[in-house]
Amino acid sequence: MSNRVAIVGVGQTAFTRSCEVSIRELCFEAFKEAMGDVKNLSPKEIDASIICSAPEYDKQRSPAGLIAEYLGLNPQPTFLAEAICASSSVGTRIAWSFIHSGLHRVVAVVGFQKMSELTSEESQERMLRGGDIMWESPFGSMMPAYYAMFARAHMNKYGTTEEQLAKVKVKSGTYSLMNPKAMYQKETTVEKVMDSKVVASPLKVFDCCANADGASCIILANEDLAKKISDTPVWITGLGLASAPLSLTSRKTVSSLSCAVEAGKQAYKMAGLKANDVDVAEVHDCFTIAEIMAYEDLGFCKRGEGGRLVDNKETYIGGKIPVNVDGGLLSKGHPIGATGGSQIRTIVLQLRGEAGKTQVGNAETGLVHNIGGIGLYGAVMTFGR
Amino acid sequence: MGFEKFGEISYTAETKVADFVKHLEEGEIAATKCKACGKLYFPPRADCIDCLTDDMEWIPLSGRGKLITYTTAYFAPAGFEAPYTLALAELEEGVRVFTRMSKDAKQDEIEIGMKVKLVPVRLADERITFELKNT
Repeated sequence: MSNRVAIVGVGQTAFTRSCEVSIRELCFEAFKEAMGDVKNLSPKEIDASIICSAPEYDKQRSPAGLIAEYLGLNPQPTFLAEAICASSSVGTRIAWSFIHSGLHRVVAVVGFQKMSELTSEESQERMLRGGDIMWESPFGSMMPAYYAMFARAHMNKYGTTEEQLAKVKVKSGTYSLMNPKAMYQKETTVEKVMDSKVVASPLKVFDCCANADGASCIILANEDLAKKISDTPVWITGLGLASAPLSLTSRKTVSSLSCAVEAGKQAYKMAGLKANDVDVAEVHDCFTIAEIMAYEDLGFCKRGEGGRLVDNKETYIGGKIPVNVDGGLLSKGHPIGATGGSQIRTIVLQLRGEAGKTQVGNAETGLVHNIGGIGLYGAVMTFGR
Repeated sequence: MGFEKFGEISYTAETKVADFVKHLEEGEIAATKCKACGKLYFPPRADCIDCLTDDMEWIPLSGRGKLITYTTAYFAPAGFEAPYTLALAELEEGVRVFTRMSKDAKQDEIEIGMKVKLVPVRLADERITFELKNT
C-alpha cells in the first residue's frame, strides 16, 4: 500500500483588519470551506485536529480544546502547534507524519489568529519578545527592525535598491485585486511605496505586511481515502523544516535566512526536484526584503540577483517563476497562525486549476516557503498533482 | 537577580551570567571563555555549547569592532521612544554584538563596515547598558 499523503480540502476566511467574530467562529468558517471540498466525510470521521496559533495573541488559554469542540472534533485528539508565523506549516508536517505512519487516515490542520484584540503597540511588544529577550529586546528591537537590518546588509552586499524592494509591493498590489480574501485589494506604484512613512530604515510602511484576523484549514488524507473523498487530490511531495539561531549575534549571515536554505534543500531532495522545476510558489513576504531573500534562498535566482528578478518581472505570471500571485502577506495581511495554511491553499488551488484570474498555466509543481519570526523557523514544502 | 538593570527595559532578572552587569558597572565589556576548550562567548553564556561545561571565566573585550548592519527605527514598541538606531557589529575578538548606536552618531556618517567601539552607558534609575560609538 502506498503511503502518499494528499491534501483533499482547503479553506480560508477573508483576512481582515478586524473580523468581529470569536476565534471559534473564525475557525469554523475556514473548516466549513475545506469540508466543502470533500465528499462523504463527516467531522466525526476526521481522526485528529491540529490547531495552529501564536498563543500570546489569544485570550483563550489552550485554544485547541475549544476549537476542536466547536468544529465537532471531540473525542478525537487535538493539540496546539506553535512556530510563530510558521505554525500551520509545522501543523501540516505533523499531520503528514501521522498519516504517513499509518496512525491516522485523515487529519484537519486549522490555523488562526485574531490580532485585532491587541493595539498595534501591544502587538509590537509581543513581536519585540520574538527576539532574544535577554540580549536584543532590551534595546527596542522589533520585527520591522530586524528585517530592515537584513535589507540594509543585502543592499550593501549586492547593490539591491529600495526601488527593487518597492517593486515586490507593486507586484503584490497587482495580484491583490484578484484575491477577494485579501485585506488590501489595491494597486500601488514604486513612487507611492517610496513615499510611504519610514518604519525602520530602509523599510517603509508599504514594505511591511499588516497584522490581520483570519483562519485557514487544510484537510489531509492517506492515498486510499483521498481517492474516495476527492476528485482533485494534491500530493505533498517534499517536506523541509529547519531552525536557525534566534539571536542575530549567532548567525553567520544577515543577508539570507539559513533556515530557509536548509528547509528548501530538504524539500527538493525528498521530492527529487530542482528549483527550476517549480511552476508556482508562495513565499513568506512579511516584508519586501523577505521575498527577495526567499528567491535566492530557494534557488529561483543566483545569490544577490533577487532584486533584478523582480525588476525583470520574472516573478509575475508569465515570468520564469510566478511568486505570490495571491498578493502574498503584503496584501493579504498576516494572521500569524493562519498564514501557512493560506499559502498552501493558494498552491492547492493552482494545482487543481481553480485559481481563476491568477491561474498559472499548466501548473504541476508548487512550492510553499513559510518562515517563523525573524528566521528562526523555516518550512518549505513542495506539492504535485 | 542583578540582570534586571540591563538595557532600556529588561525582560530577564535571573541568569547565571548576571555578573556581566557588575563588569559593565566597572566600565568593562566582558565575555565568557570556556576553561576547557577556550571558546569565547559574547553575549556571554554560562554553559559551553561544545564541552557542556559551566566552568567559564570572564574575559574583558577591547570593544573595538566594525559595523555589520543597522537600521533606524522611527516606530517603537510599547515602552520605547523612537527614533533610535539599532546595530549589529563584529568585535575584533570575532564575536558579535546587537545594540544601539550612540545618539551622537550622525545619520549620514553611519555606514556598514565603519569602525565602532562598544562602551558602557549609564541610564536613569541605576540602569546600565552598552552602545556603539563611531571612532
